[in-house]
Amino acid sequence: MDTHPESASQTAGPYVHIGCTPNFAGITGVYDVDLGATMITGDASGKRITLIGQVFDGTGTPLRDAMVEAWQADANGLYAGQEGADPHFTGFGRCPCDAEDGTFRFETLRPASVPWPSGGVQAPHITLWIVARGINIGLHTRAYFADAPENESDPVLGRIEHRNRVATLLAHPESDDIYRFNVTLQGPDETIFFDV
Amino acid sequence: MTKKPLGGYAPRQHQHQPVALYPPYRTSVKRSPQAAPLSFPTTISEESGPVFGHSLIGPLDADLLHNFGPQDVSAIGPRIVVHGRVQDQFGRPVAGALIEVWQANAGGRYRHAREGYVAPLDPNFGGCGRMITDENGCYEFRTVQPGPYPWPNGPNDWRPAHIHFSIFGHGFAQRLITQMYFEGDPLIPLCPIVRTIHDKAAVDRLIAPLDMSRTLPMDARAYRFDVTLRGRRQTIFENRMEGL
Ligand SMILES: [Fe+3]
Repeated sequence: MDTHPESASQTAGPYVHIGCTPNFAGITGVYDVDLGATMITGDASGKRITLIGQVFDGTGTPLRDAMVEAWQADANGLYAGQEGADPHFTGFGRCPCDAEDGTFRFETLRPASVPWPSGGVQAPHITLWIVARGINIGLHTRAYFADAPENESDPVLGRIEHRNRVATLLAHPESDDIYRFNVTLQGPDETIFFDV
Repeated sequence: MTKKPLGGYAPRQHQHQPVALYPPYRTSVKRSPQAAPLSFPTTISEESGPVFGHSLIGPLDADLLHNFGPQDVSAIGPRIVVHGRVQDQFGRPVAGALIEVWQANAGGRYRHAREGYVAPLDPNFGGCGRMITDENGCYEFRTVQPGPYPWPNGPNDWRPAHIHFSIFGHGFAQRLITQMYFEGDPLIPLCPIVRTIHDKAAVDRLIAPLDMSRTLPMDARAYRFDVTLRGRRQTIFENRMEGL
């Protein structure tokens, strides 16, 4: 029985970096390194890629105070903690947006497909979670790869009613190994966020 | 007795959550999504999540009184213990949950490049800490009680004293950032950020009561802050229909 409602979210505020990436915020000597700074910790298998992007508000201005987290499967479609997952890949990244232009960046692996609960698979994707001042509850979305043929049969992309919005979930290659995924919080190009 | 396997996460109950757009919180006006979010049952991508071991945690990580300044020098301000339990919405303890906290110092000043409040920095206070819940979902840390502070929103808005919490449960679907407030603070009902939550009971659950039972005599008062994360439904017995 559900007797305990989930605690209410509150905005991460302008000083999220003090708690989540203190070294980035200039508070050194407390933690050795900021959590989630490195996703590849050794000789991980699979194709190395960089996911970059910016988060834009409803005026088209990039957020410079947001924090983005990434969670993804490895090159064999296994999440860290699952049996057989790549021991040199954490699957988790955390990035404070750049203080000047708001860019976030993850040095990671291209993930493989993962199972869909009722059978079949989900196309390769990276879950992203975005928090910032002015965002009252963390925003959950996914970056799919625009050049992945698996997208055609992905069950999540398939349930999007407004087909012109599917493009907001696609990371586009800028080179062989750099993919750009911009997030738009509001307006005609608003990214699809998930209630999941 | 057969143990029931866990199913997907129960859908989020939005009536207990803040609204995205609340114009009195001015920054939300251009940062709030307007379209309906996309719903689907949780998958492995949301039911799994990063696991952080106790080896991550340094000896002073949960002691904000001492984790920044010179050795054996305490931060300035009223000393408090904050403790509580992390559970899921079905009442099960969430063990091994990483909690990160951050806060202003006792004068209400953050150690941050973009902070503009005139209150002074405390050379002995950094303002961050972290810990991992034990097997019962319990956690505890020491700090100074943060001060309230003014912020550029309306012409004269003040944040009630608060500590920011970031919590990782077992699945990424449980990811939560929230704020803990202090019992009796008259600024709580005035705050536009608090008021993004329209359910009064949900606000009350973010207000930590004084807990005299955990107070350290001649040292620190204690506040209790319990946190509830989303939970996974237990699936029905596969043999449930037998005998019917
Ligand atoms: Fe704050």
